Amino acid sequence: MDFFTLVQILDATVRLAIPLLLACLAGLFSERAGIFDIGLEGKMLAAAFFSAAIASITGSVWIGLLAGIAASLFLSGVHGLASITFRGNQLISGVAINFLAAGMTVLIAQSWFSQGGRTPSLSGAERFNPIDFPGALTTTNEVKAASPLMQVYSELLSGHSLLVYVALLTVPMTWWLLYRTRFGLRLRAVGENPAAVDTAGVSVVGLRYAAVGICGILCGIAGAYLSTALQAGFVKDMSAGRGFIALAALIFAKWRPWHALYATFLFGLFQALELRPDVIEAVIGMKVQGQFLGALPYIMTVVILAGFVGKAIPPRAGGEPYVKER
Amino acid sequence: MTIDTTAPAIELKGISKAFGPVQANKDISIRVMPGTIHGIIGENGAGKSTLMSILYGFYKADKGDIFIGGQKTEIPDSQAAIASGIGMVFQHFKLVENFTVLENIILGAEDGRLLKPSLAKARKSLLELAAEYELNVDPDALIGEIGVGMQQRVEILKALYRQADILILDEPTGVLTPSEADQLFRILGRLREEGKTIILITHKLREIMEATDTVSVMRRGEMTATVKTADTSPEELAELMVGRKVLLHVDKNSPTLGDVVLDVQNLRVVDEQGVERLKSISLNVRAGEILGIAGVAGNGQSELLEVLGGYADGTGSVTLNNEAIDLTGKYSNGKTRRARGIAHVPEDRQREGLIMDYSAWENTAFGYHDDPAYQSGIFINNTAIRQDTEEKMARFDVRPPNPHLSAKNFSGGNQQKIVLAREIERNPDLLLIGQPTRGVDIGAIEFIHQQIVALRDQGKAILLVSVELEEILSLSDRVAVMFDGRIMGERAVGETNEKELGLMMAGVET
Repeated sequence: MDFFTLVQILDATVRLAIPLLLACLAGLFSERAGIFDIGLEGKMLAAAFFSAAIASITGSVWIGLLAGIAASLFLSGVHGLASITFRGNQLISGVAINFLAAGMTVLIAQSWFSQGGRTPSLSGAERFNPIDFPGALTTTNEVKAASPLMQVYSELLSGHSLLVYVALLTVPMTWWLLYRTRFGLRLRAVGENPAAVDTAGVSVVGLRYAAVGICGILCGIAGAYLSTALQAGFVKDMSAGRGFIALAALIFAKWRPWHALYATFLFGLFQALELRPDVIEAVIGMKVQGQFLGALPYIMTVVILAGFVGKAIPPRAGGEPYVKER
Repeated sequence: MTIDTTAPAIELKGISKAFGPVQANKDISIRVMPGTIHGIIGENGAGKSTLMSILYGFYKADKGDIFIGGQKTEIPDSQAAIASGIGMVFQHFKLVENFTVLENIILGAEDGRLLKPSLAKARKSLLELAAEYELNVDPDALIGEIGVGMQQRVEILKALYRQADILILDEPTGVLTPSEADQLFRILGRLREEGKTIILITHKLREIMEATDTVSVMRRGEMTATVKTADTSPEELAELMVGRKVLLHVDKNSPTLGDVVLDVQNLRVVDEQGVERLKSISLNVRAGEILGIAGVAGNGQSELLEVLGGYADGTGSVTLNNEAIDLTGKYSNGKTRRARGIAHVPEDRQREGLIMDYSAWENTAFGYHDDPAYQSGIFINNTAIRQDTEEKMARFDVRPPNPHLSAKNFSGGNQQKIVLAREIERNPDLLLIGQPTRGVDIGAIEFIHQQIVALRDQGKAILLVSVELEEILSLSDRVAVMFDGRIMGERAVGETNEKELGLMMAGVET
């Protein structure tokens, strides 16, 4: 394997890790506040569809992005209503959202566009296009011939869509918000012991809705990225289990923002390698089934949950609706 | 606003609150003067907690007014309560375990959106408070890693940091060792000197007598009396609480000791995490004797009961009437224990003693459902069980005496009587009994204590575990103190006192 192949794989890792990262951080906000959310998948899918559909109709990817966020926020609101206001079971609500999104996106797509449950292909201003850094080489042949440093600059750092850079910025922002602000302190507290927050005179319901709202926005961006940046349009079930891999990454990261970055990039690398079986065969000298790499994130999560690599302790009040005690 | 120093710090006028058909508070009026410690005493369900929840903004009273410092005040939520200078220390602490002391203190009372300045400010005022009231804590310690006594200090500091002038403490000594409790009362005395007003809610008569200036008694949602503590006696307070004369001391003769019934040698228990919960314990109980196990909750008493009751594994040797008992394996379970004559009234009756959704008669059969008297061919004879339950309920004065009612619809005391009736009436050689009167009202405590003593007088061996030192001292013939999975020492009841036992409970060798 030459250096350029490595850079190419890392480049693909970044592209594939971004939706995982955004969804993982979305889950982090929600779960840190004590609301388990297995509906990340459904929210991403809904956002992916509405971003692509509205971008295609209006011709503006920005309006598409807003539509995607709105769709995801709506589902977040449903989840919040079910699990915060009505104190329902958070897992059931999440499952319902996943099914709802899987069915409704295809149904609406067929009704609007009649293209077999997909949106028309997006191009130009309907997409988030790659941003080329100044001086970066653009054609593969040029990059291949350039110096290693230039290869990294042109292929790995430059040439991603705006959302990639935004997603990377959300990591330090999440960290700062969680550990350096009043909001973060309260958010973490409400996921650990909501009674402490309540008796301190802060609204548990308000905090949890805020967390679920942030979760909705981040899932919305993740979904928009899938259909308007990573790919050019919506196809059926295009979230392809990323919401669940993001949840696995969240456990792997033990609900910490920087670790979420590492975990999602590791899982993104597996996905990138899945696409390049030739490289794996060249490096380790044997054929590895792509499906095995696809399953690795889940396998690693089970290992983590079993307590082999330190213990992953979820927020203590997670999954439990808060009822004021008498 | 003029501050009238003679105005009550808190005055409640005609507070009423109903939950559906249950009148939790009925026309309650109370005046608490500034700079005093005011006790509120009453049985479980008397409405103490509801009253305090109204004061802290958890509930809105149906009727009545609250005056703070002479000013009529509305308290719609906790925020308003805090703003009017009320601080609450709950029975179950409201702390975030994986936060530091400092973070817990500022939670909800931060100055501004960023944490750093808030934390710095809190650190400074924490030092001042610590010096002023002798409330030392390490601001950077994690809550989960400090003891309950310290956690309680953090709760008090939380209230003081929010500039509370009125401090309400709900059953503050439940989790403390006697010496920690003494320390708490010293701190409260200090706070009173500084002009703070303290409301102490408790069901322990002794604490009321020791710590308070004035005491109000609640019974069935009503305030039955408010008296100066100096002018009353525990007997009078107990009578006011229950509504009839109550025997506070257990009448019992000196024991007639028989042979050793239970003999435990080098009993060890290691839990699933590999932590050693019982560290080589040896003890014995004779026929006609009550051995009391004293200790702060969580020092191995539960594990001892579990192993002896047959639902946890252990190593070592345990004999009953000189015959060995299996501590592991398929013959180590509740059923074989019962067959050998060991009855068990578990510590947590709602989880281990009863199935709350099942009726009283179903609960009465548990563990003894293969009793031939309960069988009819291959079927269980429900009529026989119901009949038996009715008789047991009559003998144990369970109210209401309705075998069809689910366990959850009985009061704590009556639930305990159902368990007790089931276990005692099997005529066991050894009775294991944990926290017999936890959450049980005074009237029922008297009855339960009498039953335990009666069983001992029949020549049975009784192993009593309780965190209430008073209960241990009044019931037991001999006391063993547990600390950190060990027996710190054994004393005959006549030859020890609360102070010595309290030291042993805190792990001090005496």
